[in-house]
Amino acid sequence: MALSYLRSSSSRSVNLLKPLSSSLPLRRPISTDTTPITVETSVPFTSHQCDAPSRSVETNPKELLTFFRDMALMRRMEIAADSLYKAKLIRGFCHLYDGQEAVAVGMEAAVTKKDCIITAYRDHCTFIGRGGTLLEVFAELMGRQAGCSKGKGGSMHFYKKDSNFYGGHGIVGAQVPLGCGLAFAQKYSKDETVTFALYGDGAANQGQLFEALNISALWDLPAILVCENNHYGMGTAEWRAAKSPAYYKRGDYVPGLKVDGMDALAVKQACKFAKEHALKNGPIILEMDTYRYHGHSMSDPGSTYRTRDEISGVRQERDPIERIRKLILSHDLATEKELKDIEKEVRKEVDDTITQAKESPMPEPSELFTNVYAKGLGVESFGADRKEVRATLP
Amino acid sequence: MAAIFQGVGAAAPLSSSPSNSFDSNKSVFSPPRSFSVVRSDGIVNLNPKGRSAQRLISNAVATKADSPAASSSSKPGHELLLFEALQEGLEEEMERDPRVCVMGEDVGHYGGSYKVTKGLAKRFGDLRVLDTPIAENSFTGMGIGAAMTGLRPVIEGMNMGFLLLAFNQISNNCGMLHYTSGGQFTIPVVIRGPGGVGRQLGAEHSQRLESYFQSIPGIQMVACSTPYNAKGLMKAAIRSENPVILFEHVLLYNLKERIPDEDYICNLEEAEMVRPGEHVTILTYSRMRYHVMQAAKTLVNKGYDPEVIDIRSLKPFDLHTIGNSVKKTHRVLIVEECMRTGGIGASLTAAITENFNDYLDAPIMCLSSQDVPTPYAGTLEEVTVVQPAQIVTAVEQLCQ
Repeated sequence: MALSYLRSSSSRSVNLLKPLSSSLPLRRPISTDTTPITVETSVPFTSHQCDAPSRSVETNPKELLTFFRDMALMRRMEIAADSLYKAKLIRGFCHLYDGQEAVAVGMEAAVTKKDCIITAYRDHCTFIGRGGTLLEVFAELMGRQAGCSKGKGGSMHFYKKDSNFYGGHGIVGAQVPLGCGLAFAQKYSKDETVTFALYGDGAANQGQLFEALNISALWDLPAILVCENNHYGMGTAEWRAAKSPAYYKRGDYVPGLKVDGMDALAVKQACKFAKEHALKNGPIILEMDTYRYHGHSMSDPGSTYRTRDEISGVRQERDPIERIRKLILSHDLATEKELKDIEKEVRKEVDDTITQAKESPMPEPSELFTNVYAKGLGVESFGADRKEVRATLP
Repeated sequence: MAAIFQGVGAAAPLSSSPSNSFDSNKSVFSPPRSFSVVRSDGIVNLNPKGRSAQRLISNAVATKADSPAASSSSKPGHELLLFEALQEGLEEEMERDPRVCVMGEDVGHYGGSYKVTKGLAKRFGDLRVLDTPIAENSFTGMGIGAAMTGLRPVIEGMNMGFLLLAFNQISNNCGMLHYTSGGQFTIPVVIRGPGGVGRQLGAEHSQRLESYFQSIPGIQMVACSTPYNAKGLMKAAIRSENPVILFEHVLLYNLKERIPDEDYICNLEEAEMVRPGEHVTILTYSRMRYHVMQAAKTLVNKGYDPEVIDIRSLKPFDLHTIGNSVKKTHRVLIVEECMRTGGIGASLTAAITENFNDYLDAPIMCLSSQDVPTPYAGTLEEVTVVQPAQIVTAVEQLCQ
């Protein structure tokens, strides 16, 4: 994705060849600019049982523009998914991530593809962050063969094994023990990588979380539990569901950090800090203070339990894309028009991909029975009537 | 076959009462006859059949004590108890593949509540034999998460009944992830533990979970019944790429048998022909196999020739072996320890009726446990499960 941006931007700014320092008003090919810029996060971090990292984040124009493009892509993708759902091309459950994009891009900026990420059902943007393509997303949402799970998983079951994205889980909270298991495997194989297990404020009240946290702390696993606190567990506000909504403190003996989840740079800083911590000292909890504009899912209007003023207020004051846009403009890294061009380009990309995804065929009927069992035993389930039985094991 | 030590209840797995011991030298009964079981090449080596044992143990897991016959391998083999066979299988697999690890409550330093993991922690260390806190839901989830990356955990439920707490993880993550990820992840876990009705363990510790798990798509279920197939199934389950639930039985851990020295595995989807016959097919698994064999002795004396098949594979059923048997005998009796409602027997009845209805001369009879929580009182508990006398009556009724 960043690659396509580079291609397109270099074709646009082909006239500007001389590298210039960022203080001069002339535009330069920002696609390759990695001169460091230091930015302060919007709010300081609050910590529990550890020292908070510094508020100053190092970034560079290339990264900021990557953030902008990636978040714009995610936002457009989610809004397009909204329309597709209303057009009944996407059925079932569709949980949209718009408003929370900063968490996905900030996390990716701090880690490598060898670190594992596992999340719940609000996984479209996390999947894109991990390197998934738009076509895989839309095809899977529409249940087509080109989808990342061959159309058999759906919105809540996106996975990408080669970039260590472990999904994509429908049952609230069940992914956290899985995530701690991933961290265990990383420790077992001595990988020096970490696992980010994401969950929401609703899942934070699940018992299996505390069980898994206890085991992770006991065995010193490199597990980072990230609570994406968008303040509503479907229709229930956090103060109505949790006696103590300070989710970063819930670990008790496990250190925690509260982060402004609408600030991609703060997320990046926190994840970097967490990765270092987890590799040395075991689990840590990150609470991302974020917000979702859509309702819980497409069947939830999102306005029965919160006011429209609240939603538009957050959109005006804390929108993650706007924040990066202001940052880019204030540092003179690109013009308004260039940013608008990026957004237009992203919109076109999404529309084109949707057209392409619509052409992908539905899965074959025989696909019903594939992948129920792994092929190692030569077992394909055709029901109980098995005429062939002999199978050899390794 | 295998002998059981009278009076060793599952309630006291680690204590050795003075009247019996686990030491093979001081066996209470005559040295067991070694018994050739069906391997995947289909060879059955059953020597003189029909000789009844001199000693009959009531209400227990009796044996066909016979003159020593050919063992199933060319080498003399070695004798051990079922839990030792499981331990041997586990140890050999852990040695063979460094990705195999064990997690469960008290499996490490304590050695396992039924001694299946005894000695492993000392040998392989704390990272491969993990003592977990009492948190079934999360450590089952962790095992599944680790399996997604390629590790091969063996997750032990101290009693199968405790795994009900992990049902979500087993059903949704373990069973379904291979499918919902479009084949990207395999979950090579083995979930094992003792279940079944023990000796007055009470309702909550006498559960038979095979009926609860049987509908979960994507998992395989096997039940072991002898030291030979326990070791073979354990090894096969660990090597399998699919999630396998291995059902052991609390009362079978002290069965003794001579097993081959060499490396062997048992096919996970295959049933075991325990006793070929002509008149009626008796399908059974786990502990009920021994009740059936005891009833078989009585039946043979009465002139019947039952064919006994230990189905071993609870999901999927080995309809090949079962079907061939039905085509031969035309009568089926299913003897199981599951509850009547929605049990393995119910599914098996449906499967046989659907596929082999033309070959049946009589409706399939299914003897299962009563649909009650297992009572504590000994006399009531005895009536809850199927007893050999009921099996004899059923066969007589079926063969009229």
